[in-house]
Amino acid sequence: MDINIGFLVVSILKIVAIMAWIYGVVRALGHPSKWVKLAGLVGGWGIVQIALSVPIGGSPALSDFDSGLLFQACAIAMVSLGLNLIYGFNGQFSLGQWGFYGIGAYTAADITYRWTNGDSKGLVVVGIGCTLGALMILGIQRFLGRYQGVPVLSAFTLYLIGSTAVGAFATAVGYWSNPILAPLLGSPDAPGVLTRGFPLQVVYLLAVLLAGAFAAEVSFLFGLPVLTLGSDYFGIATLGFTIVVNTLMINSDTILPFPEMKGGRGMIGIPKLTTWFWAFAFLMAIVVVMRNIIHSSTGRAIMSVREDETASKVMGIEIANYKLLSFVIGSFFAGVGGGVYAHFIGFLSPGTFDFLVGFNPLIIVVFGGLGSMTGTLAASFGWIFFLEGLLRVLLGQLGTEAPTWRFVLYPIALLLLMLLRPKGLLGSVEWGFLKTVVVPVRKHEPVKADSRSVDSGEKIGVDQSG
Amino acid sequence: MEVSPSARQGAPRARRPGKRLAWIGQGLLLLIAVAAVVLLVHDFIQNPSLFVQIIISGLQLGFVYALIALGYTMVYGIVKLINFAHGDVFMVGSFVSFYAVTRFQLHVWPAAVFHDMPHMWVVVIGSSSVVLLSMVVCAIMAVVIERAAYKPLRNAPRIAALITAIGVSFFLEFFGALSFVFSPRFIPYQRPFDVVTWYFSKGFHRLQPGQTMPDNSVTFSNIFLLIIGASILVQILLQFLVRNTKMGKAMRAASFDKPTARLMGINVDQVISFTFAVGAAFAGLGGVLYAIAYSSIWTQLGILPGLKAFVAAVLGGIGSIPGAFVGALIMGQAEALTMGYISTPMRDAVAFAILILVLLVRPTGIFGEPEGEKA
Repeated sequence: MDINIGFLVVSILKIVAIMAWIYGVVRALGHPSKWVKLAGLVGGWGIVQIALSVPIGGSPALSDFDSGLLFQACAIAMVSLGLNLIYGFNGQFSLGQWGFYGIGAYTAADITYRWTNGDSKGLVVVGIGCTLGALMILGIQRFLGRYQGVPVLSAFTLYLIGSTAVGAFATAVGYWSNPILAPLLGSPDAPGVLTRGFPLQVVYLLAVLLAGAFAAEVSFLFGLPVLTLGSDYFGIATLGFTIVVNTLMINSDTILPFPEMKGGRGMIGIPKLTTWFWAFAFLMAIVVVMRNIIHSSTGRAIMSVREDETASKVMGIEIANYKLLSFVIGSFFAGVGGGVYAHFIGFLSPGTFDFLVGFNPLIIVVFGGLGSMTGTLAASFGWIFFLEGLLRVLLGQLGTEAPTWRFVLYPIALLLLMLLRPKGLLGSVEWGFLKTVVVPVRKHEPVKADSRSVDSGEKIGVDQSG
Repeated sequence: MEVSPSARQGAPRARRPGKRLAWIGQGLLLLIAVAAVVLLVHDFIQNPSLFVQIIISGLQLGFVYALIALGYTMVYGIVKLINFAHGDVFMVGSFVSFYAVTRFQLHVWPAAVFHDMPHMWVVVIGSSSVVLLSMVVCAIMAVVIERAAYKPLRNAPRIAALITAIGVSFFLEFFGALSFVFSPRFIPYQRPFDVVTWYFSKGFHRLQPGQTMPDNSVTFSNIFLLIIGASILVQILLQFLVRNTKMGKAMRAASFDKPTARLMGINVDQVISFTFAVGAAFAGLGGVLYAIAYSSIWTQLGILPGLKAFVAAVLGGIGSIPGAFVGALIMGQAEALTMGYISTPMRDAVAFAILILVLLVRPTGIFGEPEGEKA
């Protein structure tokens, strides 16, 4: 037995360094001065960027392998944050997050792949489809708002008809506009104006956002009927969703009309556009957005649904709406994470989106602590490095069996965690910026009866975070 | 800042009853039902013998699912836990029988002991001892899992137990995939008895080796008969166990109200262990039959049949034993018809779509009792 002690120590040091880095960024974001916030963001990005690019003694401080892990951790952190919103904060046990991750990855990859190959249909169809789809959803919601207690199936049918119409229209526009845009795109050998440099980066940004939007709209259509089921049934239905999405990916060139996805062989030739800047920017944007959602009245409503459905119904909270809202937002995050992941190695395989792997975000959320954003962030980075570290440590001993051993050891870790610390490693601890904001009592105003009630509401918000 | 509608319009406007829109959803259901019926009738008219053949393969699948679904429905009925590891217990059952047959020649032990025993009896006794061994091993394993992993979490949130179940399931799959356990490869399964196939074409005939079937004939094998027989027998046994024995009474009491059952002097822990053991024994039986029927095993064999059996149990109304049976038959048919007429990869999609549709129309499943107050 010669365990690679040096590597083990380095791995642990890396995880500690990453935790310190997350802590620093989150603390800086929590500072009242906006300049410190900005400096913290730029610094958080810059430290890793320097470590990635500046060679120290021949090779960069972070090897390609490490940067790969880092990007993967960023992507999975987005997915897990989304799942934490759905499961940790809203209490809906979902196993469908991995399916939305896959949808996002394939959507974004398809958009940029087609774009760099002189085909604008991907961007146009998804762009118009998602925009009109959102308008369609809002319109139908307005229409249904005139009725009290619409059966879910009826609402679902209306949305289904609406999305079919929108999809058909968007496809038609895509085919019509393709010849007009084609000269600007050029071909893979001779890139046009829009397929290199800055415009390509804009397309990448759009592609990732549209991937999120598409995942969100799919999750809206799927979640509307399914969220009315009980918690366990919802879990199984979402697991089924992940399995079905994976099946469709494996058969994307036969059942679905996407020959460029190449079915089970995996999609190749996706432009590698994800840089550390993009991964960090998307992650930080999601962290800020999610933190602001959770600390708003919407977030408190979402958490109240988790705590007690009956009580929150009595308080006038429309639980079905808030369940759907958190499900859709969570799926949006997953889609964005998928979009970032897809452009990182330029290859997508359906095996990545298998439902067995799909338990990873759940395990990360549970390890980090349900309803703790800090925990999820720390656990996603720690998890990726831990798994890879474990693999490296085991690789010397066990050769080809090491990946299997890894999957033997981590259920044991999971079982021990569940038995010893069911609330997760960090429980509901939050760092810096992510802590609940306590609104200070304004001393200069005379304290009225209703303003005091608002303050006490905030304090309840503090207490219930656990 | 958006103004709420009531503030904008002075007084909240009376909303119309949403029941007026119910026809839209019913129309969708009707459309799906009509499309399904039209497709089935069309397929039947086009090639009746193929249709019957598909129905037979669906029955075979459905009866295996029924065996697994019983364990899910019993365990869920008592401890309200989706026992994810149940599918892997099923897998272990098939592996135990595989090793019993290939390594220990358990299926021919009567011939080794009693030299003049007729071949027929050797096969019957030998095969049943293989099945019994699998059932016993699975039952013991399930009790160990229950005691080690689920019992400490009985008072924890239900999701903690569910995650533990997922962990146990992963552990069994990947521990089994180690080379010194079962190895990660697909393993060709050696049947403890020979397959005899009959075909129906103007009367029943036995299919001789090397013979090709005449056109428009329907085949079925002794495996099919065995699966149906075993499944129905298990169903009757379980009904008897639950309705007519003291343990069954205790099981029903524990599923109804655990604290009160405890007050009445029922050892609830023992009842739960017993339920796990019975369910796992049937899963082990299902595993052996599945392996015999589909003749290839590997360590992730149990995942999808397990999930579909759970879907079947939910479909029939979880907690109800006849419900699990009916749900499993529906799942088997849906899967076989999808494989036959739509496309093989879409079978999982259809299975889960049916689950969602049924739950939307009847949230407690076909045989489930309507829930009053959500616990």
